[in-house]
Amino acid sequence: MEKRKQIYRKLFTSTFYLSAFTFGGGFVIIPLMKKKFVDDLQWVDEDEMLNLTAIAQSSPGAVAVNAAILLGYKVAGISGALLTILGTVLPPLIILSVISLFYTAFRDNIVVKAVLKGMQAGIAAVIADVVINLGSNVLKEKDMISALIMAGAFIATYLLKINVVYIILVCGCIGAVKILIQTKKVHKDGVHK
Amino acid sequence: MILLQLFWSFIQIGMFSIGGGMAAIPLIQNQVVDLHHWLTLSEFTDLITIAEMTPGPIAINSATFVGIRIAGIPGAIISTIGCVLPSCIIVSILAWVYFRFKKLTVMQGVLSGLRPVIAALIASAGMSVFTLAVWGEGGFSTNPQAINLVSVLIFAAAIFILLKWKPDPVYVMLGSGIIGGIIYLIM
Repeated sequence: MEKRKQIYRKLFTSTFYLSAFTFGGGFVIIPLMKKKFVDDLQWVDEDEMLNLTAIAQSSPGAVAVNAAILLGYKVAGISGALLTILGTVLPPLIILSVISLFYTAFRDNIVVKAVLKGMQAGIAAVIADVVINLGSNVLKEKDMISALIMAGAFIATYLLKINVVYIILVCGCIGAVKILIQTKKVHKDGVHK
Repeated sequence: MILLQLFWSFIQIGMFSIGGGMAAIPLIQNQVVDLHHWLTLSEFTDLITIAEMTPGPIAINSATFVGIRIAGIPGAIISTIGCVLPSCIIVSILAWVYFRFKKLTVMQGVLSGLRPVIAALIASAGMSVFTLAVWGEGGFSTNPQAINLVSVLIFAAAIFILLKWKPDPVYVMLGSGIIGGIIYLIM
């Protein structure tokens, strides 16, 4: 029981903390969540984190909220999901409520602008770090199709600006077809032996 | 009554913005500016600017901002709940399906096709932020004078620190903000 409470507390504080510092929207929180839940707490493995992100991205609503729901659900069921939603939603709710009182002053403040400009480069580095990590893991599988999907998806989203929903649908189908062909092959080989 | 209207508007925003972030902006504008006139277009532009300057998803930021201006704190809370409600329901169903059927061969195949996509999507988001940091709003340019050297240096230092010591990324982001902020203010 005590342990369960501890998990609840950790779920809430982790998502609250990450949400409070996730500048730059949607995908920035995923690298941070990966660091926290996969590398530090080891509650989720890397493949599962990527699976959950895929689901979060293909569902309606904010990616950060969706990913938080999935992580909470995975770690502690429905009550876990409710806690992580609260943890993710409270920081922007509080911060925006305060800022809405003097938003023009905030918007035009040169100190805020300078700090945010500096932070952009840091955010880019944090994302790059996770991309290096994830990308090298995909390449380590030594699977041509995975590597091609990664390159193709990057070109499609970054250069061609194709809607992410289509990319996910197409690549999910490619993955399904690939594994069906592979299992068929295994069955055939089994018969020969 | 106004609370119900806010609630219903943000449910629609939460339900139809698939893919997050930028996908939500036209929907929010449609509900908040065009249909209900809760904000003028220039207030809405301010809202987007502020949402980008503050942590958290744009849809949640908008819900809070619009809610609090129209109906105070209860408005902010009701709008935010409306905004996340569709996600809660749909994602919970998907989570249940995923954890129940993830061992299925076909599901394994679909997910193995999606994992490299997520790596690519994160890379794409990273490139956009990097371009914004180094070249500003204008985007990539071959003119060497357009490059923001401070950003390049902070980026290089931050990635070096991250790869070498693996610190909490939040510290790296805050550190970049403080150091960058000081440099820009002095310049």
